[in-house]
Amino acid sequence: MTFFNVKALAVATATSAAALFSTAAQAVEIEYWQYFFDTRVEAMETLIENFEAANPDITVKMTHFPYADYRTKVAAAIPAGEGPDVVQLFYGWLNDYVAADLIQPLPSDVFPASKIDAEFFPMVQAMKEGDQYWALPTAVRSLALFYNTRLLEEAGVEPPTTLDEMIAAAKAMTKRDGAGNLTQVGMTAGMTAQDHHWWREGLVRQFGGEPYVDDYQTVNYNNEAGLEALNFYSSLFMGDDAVTSIGFMDEPQAAFKAGRAGLHIDGSFRIGSLEGQRGLNWGVTELPATADGTQSNYASYWVNAITTKAEGEKYDAAVKFMEYITGDEAMQVWLDVVGELPAKPSVGMTDENASDPVFGPFIRGLEYAHTTKFANESGQRQVMVEMVERMTLQGMSAEDSLAIAAEAEQKILDDYYKSASN
Amino acid sequence: MYRNLTIRQKQIVWAWAFLAIPILFYTVIRFYPTGNAILISFQDWNLLGDRTWTGFDNYQTLFADPVFWKVFRNTFVYLLIGTPVSLIISFVIAYHLDQVRFMHGFLRMLYFLPFMTSAVAMAWVWRWFYQPVPVGLFNNALASMGIPQFPFLQSTTWALPSVLAPAVWAGLGFQVIIFMAGLRAIPRSYYEAARIDGVSWWTVLWEITLPLLKPTIVFIVVFSSIGFLRIFDHVFNMTTNNPGGPLNSTKPLVLMIYETAFSAFDMGYAAAQTVVLFLVLLVVSLIQLRILRDS
Repeated sequence: MTFFNVKALAVATATSAAALFSTAAQAVEIEYWQYFFDTRVEAMETLIENFEAANPDITVKMTHFPYADYRTKVAAAIPAGEGPDVVQLFYGWLNDYVAADLIQPLPSDVFPASKIDAEFFPMVQAMKEGDQYWALPTAVRSLALFYNTRLLEEAGVEPPTTLDEMIAAAKAMTKRDGAGNLTQVGMTAGMTAQDHHWWREGLVRQFGGEPYVDDYQTVNYNNEAGLEALNFYSSLFMGDDAVTSIGFMDEPQAAFKAGRAGLHIDGSFRIGSLEGQRGLNWGVTELPATADGTQSNYASYWVNAITTKAEGEKYDAAVKFMEYITGDEAMQVWLDVVGELPAKPSVGMTDENASDPVFGPFIRGLEYAHTTKFANESGQRQVMVEMVERMTLQGMSAEDSLAIAAEAEQKILDDYYKSASN
Repeated sequence: MYRNLTIRQKQIVWAWAFLAIPILFYTVIRFYPTGNAILISFQDWNLLGDRTWTGFDNYQTLFADPVFWKVFRNTFVYLLIGTPVSLIISFVIAYHLDQVRFMHGFLRMLYFLPFMTSAVAMAWVWRWFYQPVPVGLFNNALASMGIPQFPFLQSTTWALPSVLAPAVWAGLGFQVIIFMAGLRAIPRSYYEAARIDGVSWWTVLWEITLPLLKPTIVFIVVFSSIGFLRIFDHVFNMTTNNPGGPLNSTKPLVLMIYETAFSAFDMGYAAAQTVVLFLVLLVVSLIQLRILRDS
């Protein structure tokens, strides 16, 4: 960390020297930071171009980093007076950034809470404190069920709409060789991918539970509903009539992409990498409902915020930029380029978008989606991974494994909220 | 002033002038961060907020954490299997390669090639070798012979050896080269004398070759021990979706430090783990130097 301080100091010295020698009275330049992902950078380049055309006195400089370094660099740069004026953050990080005084609330005259409450999907309200918003997303993500059209036709089944239909369809598409080794799975499975979201916010709720209480500070799945959800999930890959296996073709999305899996649950961000995959005909449908029609989904998002570094005319420019990138036009660009869903129903639920064969199921899923407030997403995912591994590798019962998982996840939450309150 | 110095004093001035650069470099890049890491290990810090003093809390949490002990054990399993196995294999290869004349350079290059290959690329290739049917090379071969699949990376027992194997293979090239240099440095006259006396092949190996290779062996043991105690890239890349899994059975200390620091952002706790790793490395290296240098 010291390394970054020293480096930031060096950069600061160099840039302030450069500032001395450059002529004043130019356009205001603000900096925007996001992590590197091809289509996100491309979409942002388009947005910046449009924004600069409309505001000739402001230039926006985008910097991007590999995801792995992102948080470290932001944390080191802002206190040093360097870095972004507008920054993109994962929604789960917001509390840490607020506590560390790295971002400032959005001005309530331009971003009135009542207007945002009315216009955005309700999950965005996690970013609200009192009558001010700390940050706003351009786009949101949800889950849906991808299916391989060719395999469905071959097996003579329709895209499933309920969990029972899903199991039946998956069984029809599962293939084994003479020795009983799976050569094609009816459905993919793996808590390491998106299944941990599906299990928490999807299955547990669909089986009548509520995965967390107390504003996501208390684990609440170690009960009948949680057990039913776990039994359902593990029935996919355990037992003689398993329709999948964990680690088949290394990663769930790899198996689906290679055309060796009939069904695959994944996020809207997967669309981009599946499009143009040769020889793969696929479709999307909403996550399967229970027999009585209960649906539940998981949504997450990245938000944009103004950092405490932005002051004076840069602050005004940053507010204008924020207004643009969380507006209707930006949301449509983001949907078209990145494949992420608009954060406002007015943009997302247009007839064209909601009935889009690819985006439609994801957008409709947003209406019944929940957003998990993570303390440590990868740590909490690991708990789910190990919950399943204890059953598959060590033969532990679902009850015992579920209880251990609930305890382990509660410990992560306790440690996080305990140190946050210090 | 410089003019009035004696030649000897001038030499000292120049020596210090040149030494100052590495000293400065080491102070800024090595010693200062090391000291800082030790400091952070007594603090609570999430990288963004203030640092607060917590005394020995991080160490208490560490020693009460069952995952830490599991990881500690794994780290030593990597060391205790990896070092002797790679030492023996590389010596056997070097010993025989030394006597081969036919295509000597080409063969030596083949052994050295894995060492030059990126560990990340290599780990991913092996990861795919180990996959179950229908993609894994090994399991496809087994299945085609009618043998049941082997759960290389999907077993709490076999995952660690499976990860270790390519790591050993990757380090062989370097050790073979060092051993060959050591073998070449042994004067031929000893072997000639032994041949005149008519002693056995085994006696030559045991009484001449190995004792004279001792400095080489010490170097390789210390060097590869440090390498196995710090193993990270092979494990991380072969188990990225479930780092150190299944069920922490392959997780080494360095990977635990990485996760604590850059997934959980618990810098104090990660620093405490780093200090423990540092002490382990120090103690192991000192013991090895002691044992192998004496007698």
